[in-house]
Amino acid sequence: MVTLDPAPGGANEAEDPTAGTADGAITRDFRVFRFARDGGPSRFDTFEAEVEPTSTVLDALRWIKVHRDPSLAIRHSCFHASCGTCGVRVNGREGLACVTRLADLEHGRVTVEPMANFPVVADLVVDMTSFSERFPPAHPMDRASEFPRSADLPSGVDEYERFEDCIECGLCLSACPVSATDDSYVGPAALAYAQRMLEEPRGSDIGAILDWADGDNAAWRCHAAFECTEACPSNVRPAQRIMHLRRALTSRRGGGS
Amino acid sequence: MSRPPADDLDDIQAARDARGPVLRKSPGPTAWFDIRKRSTGHWAFSLNRITSLGLVFYLYLHLAVLSMLLGGKDSWNGFLDIATQPLFLGFDVLLIFGLLFHGLNGLRVALVGSGVAPDHQKALFWSFMVFGAILLLGAALHIAGSG
Repeated sequence: MVTLDPAPGGANEAEDPTAGTADGAITRDFRVFRFARDGGPSRFDTFEAEVEPTSTVLDALRWIKVHRDPSLAIRHSCFHASCGTCGVRVNGREGLACVTRLADLEHGRVTVEPMANFPVVADLVVDMTSFSERFPPAHPMDRASEFPRSADLPSGVDEYERFEDCIECGLCLSACPVSATDDSYVGPAALAYAQRMLEEPRGSDIGAILDWADGDNAAWRCHAAFECTEACPSNVRPAQRIMHLRRALTSRRGGGS
Repeated sequence: MSRPPADDLDDIQAARDARGPVLRKSPGPTAWFDIRKRSTGHWAFSLNRITSLGLVFYLYLHLAVLSMLLGGKDSWNGFLDIATQPLFLGFDVLLIFGLLFHGLNGLRVALVGSGVAPDHQKALFWSFMVFGAILLLGAALHIAGSG
């Protein structure tokens, strides 16, 4: 599913939406974080890239890779905010490169960095292994829908927001100020996942999930900055879910259901 | 798609590790106070930390000031002459700001953290801040009148 861009001349060059820019292209300055595991200290490189009025950050990064520096490591797949692989920090704010339009950014140089609070493997590519390890032990990769395709949705179904909307991009963890100083904190996505399991257990062991969420590095470590919700591109609202999870934990401690 | 055998995963990991260490890119405590392009919740988080540090500092300062009583009446009255100067009265207003912000924001966090109106946390924040501003204005006028 996930692809790393090949060097110029590879399959992706033929698909490059910015190749052979048409009339209307403009030049924009970029400042891109660079890091190679065997290449010395990290640094920022500057590039001038030709972009269209509707170009995204990912379009520009691919243009830079194809036309300026084939060694630039970027990661992406779907181009439509579905796969969650192109998360970066653009001008200090988390976003998916594929749907962050350059026209929506302030004028001037665009700074692109890898997500914070992740190990950087190369340039803008981070290692997501530790992110996956933060989730509760019972973390099924997919779950069958209880609703047949032909079924009419029951009234009030809006309450059943699908946590499966989470694309596990990691932007929430990057934006979290608590995670910036405490790598043992499981972070927003994992806690939102736990709350999602409470909302729709489908046979899950609720007690085990609550025990996990009640741990030293889980729900009570959140300091309610709500940056995870601001960063989330899928409207999962992790912070709000953490607050609901706390209520469930408090209720359990008080002997409630 | 099936998961690769464990031995293969070990080989992959070994190949990764052989390329050198990854970069731990985490902003550290500066992330607490870097509010550029951040939202209301982060501003509140940052200011809550700053006011907490300020209030802890004030607590020890207050104990130090009270220790002047050990120096007798003249020592204490001498301090009061300084403490009623306009600059120090301004510090009193700053102290009340810290108390009000920290207390009211703490109440907001406690409410939201209990599952009360988490979807309206911004409105809750600004409501408390307006209330706090009114109290602060009243306190400032009172202090100014007593100066």
